[in-house]
Amino acid sequence: MQAKLNVRDVYKIFGEPTHDALERLKRGETKEQILEETGQVVGVQDASFDVEEARIFVVMGLSGSGKSTLVRMLNGLIKPTAGHILIEGDDVATCSAEKLRAIRRNKIAMVFQHFALFPHKTIAENVAYGLKIKGMGAAERRKQALAALDQVGLASWADSYPSELSGGMQQRVGLARALATDPQILLMDEPFSALDPLIRREMQEELLNLQKTLKKTIIFITHDLNEALILGDRIAIMKDGRFVQVGTAQEIVAHPADEYVSAFVADIDRGRVFTASHVANEPAAVQLSASAEEALRAMEELNRNALYVLDGEKIAGVVTYQDLSAAVRENGKGGGLAMVLLTEYPTAAEGAHLQDLYGLASTGLPIAVIDREGRLTGIVEPEAVFAQLSGEDRPQANGERDAEAATSDTRETGGAHAQPL
Amino acid sequence: MLSPSDILLIPFDDWVNTLVRDILVPNFRPFFRALQVPVTSVLNALDAFLQFVPMLVTTAVLALIAWRTVGRSMALFTLIALVFIDMIGLWPETMTTLSMILTSVLFCTIIGIPLGILAAGSNKLWAVTRPILDIMQTIPSFVYLVPIVMLFGVGMVPGIIATIIFALPPIIRLTNLGIRNVRGDLIEAAEAFGSTRWQILWEVQFPLALRTIMAGLNQTLMLSLSMVVIAALIGAGGLGLVVYTGLGRLDVGGATAGGVGIVLLAIILDRITQALGEQSGVRTPSLRQTLVSLFRARRAPTGETRETGS
Repeated sequence: MQAKLNVRDVYKIFGEPTHDALERLKRGETKEQILEETGQVVGVQDASFDVEEARIFVVMGLSGSGKSTLVRMLNGLIKPTAGHILIEGDDVATCSAEKLRAIRRNKIAMVFQHFALFPHKTIAENVAYGLKIKGMGAAERRKQALAALDQVGLASWADSYPSELSGGMQQRVGLARALATDPQILLMDEPFSALDPLIRREMQEELLNLQKTLKKTIIFITHDLNEALILGDRIAIMKDGRFVQVGTAQEIVAHPADEYVSAFVADIDRGRVFTASHVANEPAAVQLSASAEEALRAMEELNRNALYVLDGEKIAGVVTYQDLSAAVRENGKGGGLAMVLLTEYPTAAEGAHLQDLYGLASTGLPIAVIDREGRLTGIVEPEAVFAQLSGEDRPQANGERDAEAATSDTRETGGAHAQPL
Repeated sequence: MLSPSDILLIPFDDWVNTLVRDILVPNFRPFFRALQVPVTSVLNALDAFLQFVPMLVTTAVLALIAWRTVGRSMALFTLIALVFIDMIGLWPETMTTLSMILTSVLFCTIIGIPLGILAAGSNKLWAVTRPILDIMQTIPSFVYLVPIVMLFGVGMVPGIIATIIFALPPIIRLTNLGIRNVRGDLIEAAEAFGSTRWQILWEVQFPLALRTIMAGLNQTLMLSLSMVVIAALIGAGGLGLVVYTGLGRLDVGGATAGGVGIVLLAIILDRITQALGEQSGVRTPSLRQTLVSLFRARRAPTGETRETGS
């Protein structure tokens, strides 16, 4: 996949002159030291990342961490002190004002925390703003603006004014305004922070839905780790102007880089981060033609209470140790698996989040993880769901990725978790 | 008791006299004369026009403007007030005063709004402009009346120039204030979409500052009116002259008639410009819009669920 945006060694220091502070930073002095000795404020230090096309890159940090400064450097609203920001090869940090304007008009658009809708323009005029600036005719820009409004479900409000809309609707207009110019890159600066929790959830889902068809390259700023984990293909956690950790949601939750990140991770909803495939075991199963004894032996070997039964490729059902051993006692060893086969069994898709498995896990039966064709690709033991939620990686869970590291983590984080929870 | 003046007496008045009489007047008089040309031509055109248009037509037009901008009762007031002015025999003087005021407001706008916009964009320029405006507003107008006569002569136009000096500060101040008060994130948004400086000014800053600028215009207009009598001291005509003559002859009735004319004109112009200011700039929802939004708000919940469901 091609990278749309490359950010290389970007620094931002507020206050003049900046050389001294930059030198000090590179020598390894901290933000506080520099502020005390030179009076200059370090906004962003040594930020480097690439964002691939059609991906969502989330920058998460608390206020003052430099995330807003970082995103403003991406479209040149703030000029970096050092470093390069490449959008399809053009360096935003050094290009001419005219070139920068062309990039802003055509390639990169922004959504703001407090919506920043123009109060004196109608919704349609707001959405058409970027097109008007480019010099598009009135009729055509209205047509495009209405199309963009339609994407966010607000076409019927075209001739209202922003003050007549609720916060959530205003931010949809903000999104439509950014989409109207059809940019490849979308910068979203805490777009949902000013909304109430319910609307925020709704907007997050809507953004993910839109992204399925739009396939924009999105840089999303937030101070909410849960939001970051839900939206981000990759997430960068920022502190004091520098990236503390960059990785996928699962990497960050499972292996926080330092105490700062673990403190955040401690109270996030793991059920929305991990999916069925993270806690699934290998798909051990017996064929329907197997005898009861074979099945019992297999369960004893695997140390499980239930086993999936396959009929060729297809799942036939599930047998439990209890049912099967009772049947063997009553009917002797001759009976097949079919007589105790349970054909009602819980299934989940590979990408299903753990939170969707809670109900299934309560049946007590192992959950069959199936792919699109309905083939069994893994089995989730109910206990594994809760073990993952409590932050304990089970060594035999599908974590072939450094099983040893996981066990050592377990001891550490297990202890850490025992107290707050 | 020792006072500093015993040691050193500064001949400040002599310095100023030298500056004005010996330097400015002999050397720059043609320059100042040339400055009057645009003011003279605008004033003459306006005065000729207003004197030419029949009283009833002017009254009808002003009443119509008052009706459209303020409301029916203001239109009625305008009508009665102008008829009254005509009946007390001051219509031509009132029109002269009106054309003087309009001229001075026009020049104040032409100078003041661009200056205010520039000052809003530069803290340095504002730091220089501000004390000058303070001086313009606090210095008694009689002080600059004499040098104005020396440089520009006597008559209508020097009167207007004195009026401009007196009435200019509020429109500069309020333009500066209005532009500076435009929300930072709106400017940022305009910039993020690739607007040029002109586009930001024209599309975002100016429309959003318009309400404040109109308040400045209203202030400028009122200050211009208050200069009418003082300008009459240096030869400006109109209602101010009526008051001034009345004053000179101890003619209470004449002075009062002129004064009433000024007050009535002031009320009409003030209400109209205030209403214009309220209509422009940041929109305050009118009654119709409030009703519409109420209606929409009631409809909104179903609309929301439909949108999110899809």
